[in-house]
Amino acid sequence: MYRYDEFDAAFVRDRVAQFSAQVERRLSGALTEDEFKPLRLQNGVYLQLHAYMLRIAIPYGTLSARQLRQLALIGERFDRGYGHFTTRQNLQFNWIQLKDVPEILSLLADVEMHAIQTSGNCIRNVTADQFAGVAADEIEDPRPVAELIRQWSTAHPEFSFLPRKFKIAVTGAEEDRAAVAVHDIGLRIVRHPETGETGYAVLVGGGLGRTPMVGKWVRDFLPKPHLLAYLEALMRVYNAEGRRDNKYKARVKILVHEIGIEAFRARVEAEFAQLDPQRIQADASEVERIARYFAPPAHADLPDNPPALRRARAANPDFDRWVEQNGFPHKVPGYQAVTLSLKGIGEAPGDISSAGMRLVADLADRYSFGEIRVTHAQNLVLPHIRQEDLHDLWQALAAGGLATANAGLITDIIACPGLDYCALATARSIPIAQALATRFAAPERQREIGPLAIKISGCINACGHHHVGHIGILGLEKRGEESYQITLGGDAGNASAIGEILGPGLVAGDVPDAIERLVAVYLAHRKPGEVFVESVRRLGIQPFKTAFNAEIRHDAA
Amino acid sequence: MTLLDRHGFRPDPFRRLPASEIAGHPAVILPLAELQSGLLVRTGGQRIGIDIANTVPAEEAASLANQVDLIAIAFPGFADGRGFTLGRRLRQAGFRGILRAVGPLIPDQFAYALACGFDEVELPDAVAARQGEAAWLADLSIYRHSYQRDYARGRNILDARRAARNGGAA
Ligand code: HEM
Ligand code: SF4
Repeated sequence: MYRYDEFDAAFVRDRVAQFSAQVERRLSGALTEDEFKPLRLQNGVYLQLHAYMLRIAIPYGTLSARQLRQLALIGERFDRGYGHFTTRQNLQFNWIQLKDVPEILSLLADVEMHAIQTSGNCIRNVTADQFAGVAADEIEDPRPVAELIRQWSTAHPEFSFLPRKFKIAVTGAEEDRAAVAVHDIGLRIVRHPETGETGYAVLVGGGLGRTPMVGKWVRDFLPKPHLLAYLEALMRVYNAEGRRDNKYKARVKILVHEIGIEAFRARVEAEFAQLDPQRIQADASEVERIARYFAPPAHADLPDNPPALRRARAANPDFDRWVEQNGFPHKVPGYQAVTLSLKGIGEAPGDISSAGMRLVADLADRYSFGEIRVTHAQNLVLPHIRQEDLHDLWQALAAGGLATANAGLITDIIACPGLDYCALATARSIPIAQALATRFAAPERQREIGPLAIKISGCINACGHHHVGHIGILGLEKRGEESYQITLGGDAGNASAIGEILGPGLVAGDVPDAIERLVAVYLAHRKPGEVFVESVRRLGIQPFKTAFNAEIRHDAA
Repeated sequence: MTLLDRHGFRPDPFRRLPASEIAGHPAVILPLAELQSGLLVRTGGQRIGIDIANTVPAEEAASLANQVDLIAIAFPGFADGRGFTLGRRLRQAGFRGILRAVGPLIPDQFAYALACGFDEVELPDAVAARQGEAAWLADLSIYRHSYQRDYARGRNILDARRAARNGGAA
């Protein structure tokens, strides 16, 4: 994992001091509320329905046991004993008092963490594949470049007052687990078809929110030493030309859409041509210094699928199911990555108690080189488990309620905080997730249905990524009542797609039945081995639409 | 309006005048539209500046770079960051005169403005009264080092690391 050197450490300390002084200047009236707002947002502090919310960055989703213990402590001391993982590899505390924020930030700095640029109109926390350094389909670990971008984008003098927020995601694997196509910039590490050199393919203009769009290719191959200059050029074009007259049209996706990708590309290239990449890029030795921190841990020489594991799986069907469902193949023989589901049936998706965090931290120390990952599906991952340890790990997790075997299944639901916390919400989302998880709770049923991603947002801002859910649920408000709009066929992976609306909105109580009807169409028509979203692609939306609309009571339409 | 540079508040040597009235004034700022007529009547040694909007395209800005002594870029609001990019583009185009930011910036942007190539900020008096000189100067010493290379400020982390690797002092 990356470790701060003296400069990084000094930087976050200076930042804490700066924010403390800004809070004082706000209290004295030197800063108006309007002036203070972007400053607090760029330090992760939101004003929510009931309290302040603090959003903490977990850059590229990598966390150490020590850091997780500190988060547990902060949750206990300053929140209500829990935290909430988000779809952007951040952790949110929902019950914070403004006066405590400087102290929390300094507790974070103690463990090389921060809340810098987790909100506001700036370059946000850079996200990456949660299986970085683990997955066999990886060309290269995306985290060194994500860390380079994190540093370069931190307190950037030119790009801290952008038209709107700006999100960058990176993947180094063939399968896109970082949803790069729905970010303002998506970077894919690729190999040059002729020279074999690794570099970046660059997507621009993806995003969700009220105008969902899939990103477009702006550069097929960017040599590594050109990266920061190219990003600088692209940000400069956006900062100068992105719309500022309407905040709903201010994301780079709208600029790209309005002028077209060719014109956008030409402007970026013209800007790039004036820059000297070498003066902007970090030295090769600095890039290597960062990369060394992400060198794989000292894996032992172990056989795959050892007898102990086989015996335990044969003896215990629950364990067997968990390994099958939540396990992810590790590129090193004898190891496995496992997903710790934060989607226990009936719980709020992404929430974890301080006690749970400590348990995970201890288990990470014991079994996973002290390392934890955070996924954009609001789960945790222990990346480096010896297969022979899986059974012990599973028992310990089960005792703490963290062994739900539903990774990727219908109850592994993504949901934003919605009306329970969020000041912008038009409807609740957590109770919908809870009702659906309860409806589909039976493990055999979930397994029969197979991989299916339900994603729920409590308003059009789409924090729950509903557009890219295989089934998406958007909570709206119609005549004073919550009304849920259902979409079908979205996809966040390589085949990124935006879901289509199925019919009129539903009242909350009708959502589980409607989802049942969609699942029934799939079960009736699927071909062997075909997962839900593949059937949707093959069959088209119509049969689902027909079933969906068959029994709708139109009172919520 | 109040003028501020890296040393603090100071009197403004420039006056805003239409081109027809600049005779006898050592340093004037003209509206962009009057630049050519101003240059025609300019006397030796007279310093000429212009006011420009933050929406001036890059190429047009570049063509101004060698004609004037001062360019004043309007910041309509502090959250409108276009001026930072325009300032940076002017410096990139070779402008070596005085670069001024005009508008209700906040002290927390002062170091950013200087890094993007600005020399000074012209503030509405109400802002300067609420956020005094000390607040602005404090912003220049908050960070011991910053991460970006090739911006106009000392002490960047990448070069400090390189120096440390090469055994030198940061
Ligand atoms: C609770 C307080 C929150 C507030 C006030 C909030 C606010 C917003 C707003 C206004 C947008 C729309 C931005 C735009 O269209 O430009 C947005 C989008 C988004 N938010 Fe949140 N959000 C909150 C929590 C969350 C949480 C908990 C998550 C993760 C579960 C999240 C992740 C995202 C994502 C992924 C997007 C979509 C970005 C895109 O448009 O590409 N936010 N949020
Ligand atoms: S989608 Fe809407 S309700 Fe949900 S967290 Fe985002 S802003 Fe709040």
